[in-house]
Parts: sequence; structure tokens; C-alpha cells
Amino acid sequence: MPLDPSFAGRSYPPTASYQVGREKIREFATAIGAADDLHHDPEAARAAGYADVVAPPTFAVVITMAANRQIVDDPELGVDYRRVVHGDQRFEYTRPIVAGDELVSTNTIEEIRSRGGHDFLTMRTDVASASGDLVVTAWSKLVVRGEG
Amino acid sequence: MELPVQTFRVTRADLVRYAGASGDFNPIHWSERFATKVGLPGVIAHGMYTMALVGRAVTAWAGSADAVVDFSVRFSRPVPVPDDDEGTELEVRGVVKGQTEAGLTQIDVTATCRGEKVLSQARALVRRPA
Repeated sequence: MPLDPSFAGRSYPPTASYQVGREKIREFATAIGAADDLHHDPEAARAAGYADVVAPPTFAVVITMAANRQIVDDPELGVDYRRVVHGDQRFEYTRPIVAGDELVSTNTIEEIRSRGGHDFLTMRTDVASASGDLVVTAWSKLVVRGEG
Repeated sequence: MELPVQTFRVTRADLVRYAGASGDFNPIHWSERFATKVGLPGVIAHGMYTMALVGRAVTAWAGSADAVVDFSVRFSRPVPVPDDDEGTELEVRGVVKGQTEAGLTQIDVTATCRGEKVLSQARALVRRPA
């Protein structure tokens, strides 16, 4: 059954805060082979003006993908996750994510379209610091493949 | 202006490590049985792993690990990763398209695997190297 386009524009309550750990940033950076000192060495990060190690540009997905479960698991929307593939991804940063950040995500369904028997679901996630300052906005477009 | 080509080797072990670090445990990225059952050619790389490698290429071109301000891709084709020591290889090319009004440098990126484009509309805005 196609996704109901009237869900476009719907926002969800802010998530519980995500505490960005220094070791998590190091683990993620190591997994993608990003060896720069900014990701691993707090001293190097401080010398560059940051409070602690700096996350690589796609690290935000660790937070936003978990936050997006609010939408993907919404029983009223009814996404069949077994049919989902990742279509598009975008990050727009106000500043890099840094270890020690406590980040809250707010999800919005930006667009739902159906074409060629497939559904296209665009989710926007605004990730803000504890003080409410926007750190990064992520857009993820999922393709829910038709059953045909 | 064309930027130096960068290549990245991708093996099954990389996918397992990325799954653990990112929390994306979708079995299409580690189970041949599951991947083929849902119509894929075999185990494929996480799209976000491909994007992360492109992010490495972009930060290397920009000259600093915190340069990326805006980063977007479309996943146009899966990256199959065979279960052997060689895995597969991702080739990343970039072209500087110019400066935005805000003084950011726009880099358009092409990523290919076995001669086929795996991303389309891949683009980054980076702070000018200091």
C-alpha cells in the first residue's frame, strides 16, 4: 500500500539527547579509515579551537539514523523497512560535531511521493545542542520499493 | 579544476567494522544469503560507508578534516563487495566548480566502482583551505 502523502509536513517530538563520546568518534573515524589527528587527538583538536575530538562529516548519521526510527517505525505511516533502500543523503553543518556534545534531534517528514510503484520518503532531522543551537541538518530520502 | 583521483579498497571486513561503528546492522551488508534473497547481486556496501569514503576524499582535497559544511549524494547503484581478500575498489574524482557567495568552495564528486558510477549528484561545499 502506498504511503499516505498527507503525512508530509508532520513533525515528531524531540528525541532524548545523544551524548557524543570521544571513543565513539574515534571508533567511527577508524572504521572509515579517517586518520586525521582532529578525529583522534584531543590536544590536536584543542589546538584547532575545538573542545574535544571532531567527528568526520558523515558521523551525524549515527545520530540521525537512530532518530529516524521515529518515522520509519511509526505504525500509522506503515513503512515496510524490508523494502527500503537509501536514495539520497545530505548534511548541512553549522559547525562540526565534537565529543562532549549533547544533541537532540527533531524529525520532520518533508515529502512523500509515489512514482513507478515506489514510494519516496524524505525526512529532515534538525540536530541541535543542549542550548538549542542548530549543529547540523540531515536530509535522508528513502525509497520504499513496490511489491510488484 | 580537476582534483587528484583517490582510490579506496573495500572488503567485507570494512563493512563489518562500519556496521558496528555506525549501528547499521542491515543484513544486506553482511549476509550473502539475505542479500540475494532480496534480489541484490550479493552483499553490498552501506551507502553511508561509500559516502564516508567520499568524505575522506573531500577533506583530503580541502586540506582539513573539519572543512565540510554541506555534503550531499544520491546513491544511484549498489557497490557489491565480494567475499575475498581483494574486495572491490572505489575510485573518487572531484572537480572544483567555483566559489559560493559565502566564500565556500564547491566540489562536484564522481565515484565509480568497476567502471560504473555509484553516486550521482554528489557535491560538497568546503571552507577554503587556510
